Amino acid sequence: MGGVFEHKRHLIRMAGLFGLGGLAFVVLQLFMTPKSFGVYGHYRGDALQEISSRPPVFAGRAACAECHGDQADKLKTGPHARIGCEACHGALARHAEKPESVKPVKREVRDLCLTCHLKNAARPAKFPQVDGKEHGEGNPCNACHAPHSPKEMP
Amino acid sequence: MSKSRRELLLEGGKVLVMTAAASAAFEDVMAGHPEKAHGYEMGDHWWAMAIDVEKCVGCGNCVRACKEENGVSRQPYYFRTWVERYHVRGDQPEHPEVDSPNGGYDGFPEKFRVDDGGKSFFVPKLCNHCAHSPCTQVCPVGATFESPDGVVLVDKTYCLGCRYCVQACPYGCRFIDPATNTVDKCTLCYHRITKGLTTACVESCPTGARELGDLKDPSDPIHEFLRTHKTQVLKPQMATGSKLFYNGLDGSVR
Amino acid sequence: MEEQVLAAVQGFMYPNEMELQWSVLIVLYPFLTGLVAGAFILASLVKVFKVEEVKPTYRLALLTALSFLLVAPLPLQLHLGHPERSLEMYLTPHTTSAMAMFGFVYLWYLMAVLVLEIWLDYRVEMVHLGKTRPGLLGRVYRWMTLGVDDVSPEARRADAKVAQFLTIIGIPSAFLLHGYVGFLFGSVKANPWWSTPLMPIVFLFSAIVSGIALVLVMYMTITFVQGKEIPMPCVDTIGRYLLYAFLIDFSLEMLDLLHRVYEADESFKSLDFMVKTRLYTSQVLVQIVLGTLVPIGLLALVQMVKLTEGARKGIYVVAASLTLIGIFAMRWNVVIGGQLFSKSFLGYTSYKMGFATREGLLPAILLLLLPFGLLWGLVKLLPPWEEPETEASGSGELAA
Repeated sequence: MGGVFEHKRHLIRMAGLFGLGGLAFVVLQLFMTPKSFGVYGHYRGDALQEISSRPPVFAGRAACAECHGDQADKLKTGPHARIGCEACHGALARHAEKPESVKPVKREVRDLCLTCHLKNAARPAKFPQVDGKEHGEGNPCNACHAPHSPKEMP
Repeated sequence: MSKSRRELLLEGGKVLVMTAAASAAFEDVMAGHPEKAHGYEMGDHWWAMAIDVEKCVGCGNCVRACKEENGVSRQPYYFRTWVERYHVRGDQPEHPEVDSPNGGYDGFPEKFRVDDGGKSFFVPKLCNHCAHSPCTQVCPVGATFESPDGVVLVDKTYCLGCRYCVQACPYGCRFIDPATNTVDKCTLCYHRITKGLTTACVESCPTGARELGDLKDPSDPIHEFLRTHKTQVLKPQMATGSKLFYNGLDGSVR
Repeated sequence: MEEQVLAAVQGFMYPNEMELQWSVLIVLYPFLTGLVAGAFILASLVKVFKVEEVKPTYRLALLTALSFLLVAPLPLQLHLGHPERSLEMYLTPHTTSAMAMFGFVYLWYLMAVLVLEIWLDYRVEMVHLGKTRPGLLGRVYRWMTLGVDDVSPEARRADAKVAQFLTIIGIPSAFLLHGYVGFLFGSVKANPWWSTPLMPIVFLFSAIVSGIALVLVMYMTITFVQGKEIPMPCVDTIGRYLLYAFLIDFSLEMLDLLHRVYEADESFKSLDFMVKTRLYTSQVLVQIVLGTLVPIGLLALVQMVKLTEGARKGIYVVAASLTLIGIFAMRWNVVIGGQLFSKSFLGYTSYKMGFATREGLLPAILLLLLPFGLLWGLVKLLPPWEEPETEASGSGELAA
């Protein structure tokens, strides 16, 4: 210690405290930052795997076609070709995995069909829509329209 | 006294430099590449979505499917995706009448008439998965980010729930998940698309108004869609790099 | 609950916008940090600009800044969905996020500017008190001196040099402290009520105004309570600086308003409607009329007309108190106002503030009172005004 530091001991000690604080911060950062952080970008790389490992709830039409190929083929021919099976039959990933474990719930027919086909001014004009009260005289829709090929009688 | 202090400084400096180098190598070693588990290569994909407003019938299948697939709260102000209905009078394009009852979850009650001098249509909305997203820019800790395959995701175990990203999203796509007190939003069904499935909303859409697209796949139909339609993104002046491409988007859409 | 939220909506809002994200706690935060920046700027008037008249308030201003700065993170912690994860902001700060970078600005300002400056200014007293106060209190003072009792002229000169340096870098640091909060809002392009380059400057000047007003009203109150004479040159000078800062602040806010009205961009109609209806009371009545025009008028009156001491003292207290209310209203109007309208510009919602809830009025009031409690303790520990038995010869709390 020379003349420069005389009468400045308190300043040096304060500087030392700050230095210790800085060091503690660096050490803290090294040990507490999650290991996969920064691998792909400024985030926890493991998050990608965690997010993608969630089990699907909807099976997807390809899975349905594996067992129900004939219905899938029927659908392809008519105006409902675009519609996925679960759009009407509900989410069935569990059923696709183990068919006996859960069966699709049959929905109220008029409610189901009118979800799309009920007349609504905001629907595209060319889209087939009907008056919910008059069309079909209260009968279920599948009395006259086969759901998988609606232009045909069931 | 001063000699030993100098030595101490040198030692300290060496330790700091070595620690910095070690920590850089450490990350690579420990991270592994977990996303490759399904044979899915992130680098091969750049996800987007195409929406055809002219095909949407406002059935609400997408809203219901999304909430079911992703376990979203059923309350009426938490939506990963929703449908809006616009009614625009011919003489007032700047004053559309818009509604989204429960986000379209229960469909849309009849409200307008076809011959009332205006036009009505549905507009599905979801996260735009922006390439230059303002929401990931403001996250203080890196809990929300854009994945290497172009999907904006939220790391729910890291999110603080500060809600800055919710403020920064120009499209209103984000919300706080009441179950986890963290931010939630559309993940483009990341857990499905990385397994070769399509998103729940696209799966359940009966008219093909929504179609998932992979811009990096040359055979993907989205390229044809973009080439043959006059497409727009929402709020283009914000330059967010939105990857949600709309066909038939009317000027009155907000 | 559902019906409440839905009923609050008028027109159309994106479904996720109906509930407000940032509550009164987030209003409190810029208010508290603003007071810090403002009080510090007042203190630096003494050190850097050598405005000797306000010296009596120097230490009080610093201690005020410290108490409010210590409380400032609390409303944020209470607001977070996961406060236990807040260390992440220091572990993995996202450099593009104003919020993350602010964590470091805060730390820098607290430790390197405020704590250091207070320590240097009080060191001589701390050494003395360490030797004269008994028991635990004496030990606390000795710890604070870091075990060094050197109060020689050379040591004090060294202190003064470092303190001078700190005050100089303290001014841009204080600007950064509150300018950053303004930038946090001003850089959000999604929100037209917030997004303007003027935001950091407006925040900063309103912070200066509020900080000066706070120190003024507190100094006058404490001096009065102690039964001492209020030095008129001191409060007259502070009143003048308050007026100057206010004029700049008001001009900036009017410039923003004028610009919006003139350009009338896509957001204007919606925002205009909001100000005229849902935000009318807090923006026009409280912030502008009561909180800005009346104080400016009163302070200007003092400059233009010769008034008695009593009248001036009364004006200063009233004006400063109204100012504080007005600046709080300004923070309210920015934070809450920015969330009352839909980003579709087609609708509005309202803010339902709870009372005894986590982000309700009660915690807000308590957090507003807490810094005063802290300040009381600090004033007891580090008295801002001269004790007769200090050995400091001629120097002491009033000197640099």
